[in-house]
Amino acid sequence: MQQFLNVTLTGLGQGAVYAAFALALVLIWRSTRVVNFAQGAMAMFTTYLALTVIEGGQSYWVGLVVALVAGLVLGAVIERLVIRPVEGGPELNAVIVTLGLFVALQALAAILFGSTFRSFPAPFDLRGFTVGGVNIAFTPNSIYIIVAVVVVMLALVALFRFTDLGLKMRAAAFSQEVSRLLGVPVGRMLTLGWALAAGVGSLSGLLIAGGSLVFPAYMDAVIVYGFVAAVLGGLDSPAGAVVGGLTIGLLLSYVSGYLGSELVALAALAILVAVLLVRPQGLFARTAARRV
Amino acid sequence: MSVSTSPTGPTASPDVSAVFAVSGVGVRFGGLVALDDVSLAVGPGQVHGVIGPNGAGKTTLFNVCCGFVRPDTGTVLRHGRPVRDLRPHRLSGMGIARTLQGVGLFRGLTVVENVMVGADRHRRAGFAATLFALARSDRDERALRERAMAALTELGADGYADRLPGSLPYPVQKRVALARALAGEPDLLLLDEPASGLGSDEMTELGELIRTLTDRMSVVLVEHHMDLVMAVCDRITVLDFGKVVADGTPDEVRDDPAVIDAYLGEEATHS
Repeated sequence: MQQFLNVTLTGLGQGAVYAAFALALVLIWRSTRVVNFAQGAMAMFTTYLALTVIEGGQSYWVGLVVALVAGLVLGAVIERLVIRPVEGGPELNAVIVTLGLFVALQALAAILFGSTFRSFPAPFDLRGFTVGGVNIAFTPNSIYIIVAVVVVMLALVALFRFTDLGLKMRAAAFSQEVSRLLGVPVGRMLTLGWALAAGVGSLSGLLIAGGSLVFPAYMDAVIVYGFVAAVLGGLDSPAGAVVGGLTIGLLLSYVSGYLGSELVALAALAILVAVLLVRPQGLFARTAARRV
Repeated sequence: MSVSTSPTGPTASPDVSAVFAVSGVGVRFGGLVALDDVSLAVGPGQVHGVIGPNGAGKTTLFNVCCGFVRPDTGTVLRHGRPVRDLRPHRLSGMGIARTLQGVGLFRGLTVVENVMVGADRHRRAGFAATLFALARSDRDERALRERAMAALTELGADGYADRLPGSLPYPVQKRVALARALAGEPDLLLLDEPASGLGSDEMTELGELIRTLTDRMSVVLVEHHMDLVMAVCDRITVLDFGKVVADGTPDEVRDDPAVIDAYLGEEATHS
């Protein structure tokens, strides 16, 4: 029972990070129909920037702000300079471009920050709470991770549901041509969408790094799990991304806890294959309208 | 053949009383001449019909009017002044609204949200201002929603405000699309086949509605249904093979041998 509790709590914490990462993928997919394979590398890069700031003597929180702002800017710049020219072309072009970015950013990070393992500080205690004399695998830092992800999600929901800007972004995501006719500056909405997504991605990179080691490829596993989570939720659905992220976090934690940690990556890919076979539109996507 | 294209070339002084005009417009797609020296002028409060057989260039002309297609020759004039660099996203700011063939509603947005996007041209606060003044936007949002609801009420679609477009019957979707165009309070409305897919009762309603709009705006109407066009239009331009073959009041156009030859005659042999 105690192990079940521990495994579940660990899974929730990790699931929150996967959810944030999946959400970043979904935001970009919805607006530009591009799966951003560079998302992990972008988050890795901004996490290194935060680490540089923190090792320079600033607090963790200054590092957090630097990473988030850098993420927003990086997302906007990449959309404008790299994605915009391939938009509207064959889908494969955008895929190749984001894969190229992924490799280039990792190489650049290795040049700038070195490719050795460096430890990243955690803002809160990494020792588990003690409940009734028993130490459980739930730490103050896990609470921070979950709260941070929940706050960001609520902020995004508020933006998309209750503001005029969010309405225009959603309109632009559904139909660019019609939105243009109605006076929505679609290009700016896409740039903003990429910026927001990259900001959320940066947050997930930073959260997963906290109390752990960073190196240029440390996000690679998260890309895979986040992608599986996004597909599980249906690539079009932000709510699906969150549920998918939590589900993947829990499932992988159970696999790791009960079957062995070497099976985690295998399990993630097995889930991906199963989802694509059984319900390729994901759990939450609206059923595609059939024209008669 | 009574070709009555106006003598005003692109360089001559245009008709200033026209709310909207195109002058000497030509469009080629490769070797195909889609439009050749087409001119029309829409007066204030007028309903101007554009008719012609399939492939006559009606939709291309519309696409020129809203900036989707750049004309190879000729100009688009707004209140007598040439519009340079016409782009679709500037239309609503210029007071022009266009509906699409079909409906073109955002399928993932509710009906009222769809209309709110259309009503949005009144909120031209800068992009950054919107971003940094999210606190203020709650009130704006409510004003926007009220205007959208008013437009829906006018078209009798307010009962569907919170539904998704895909769940509604086609005629209702068309009304929502029209409400979305009207919510921006344009002074020029471009209607692209508004009657397609409607029954005859709905078409009569639509005609009456279009007439009630004329105290607020001018309307350009591309339509196949001759009954509707003849009933609501003040002026009609007839296109055939990319050229204007006639231009005048419904009565003039109806009796024009060139029109009967190009359009009505063809229709008559089919029915």
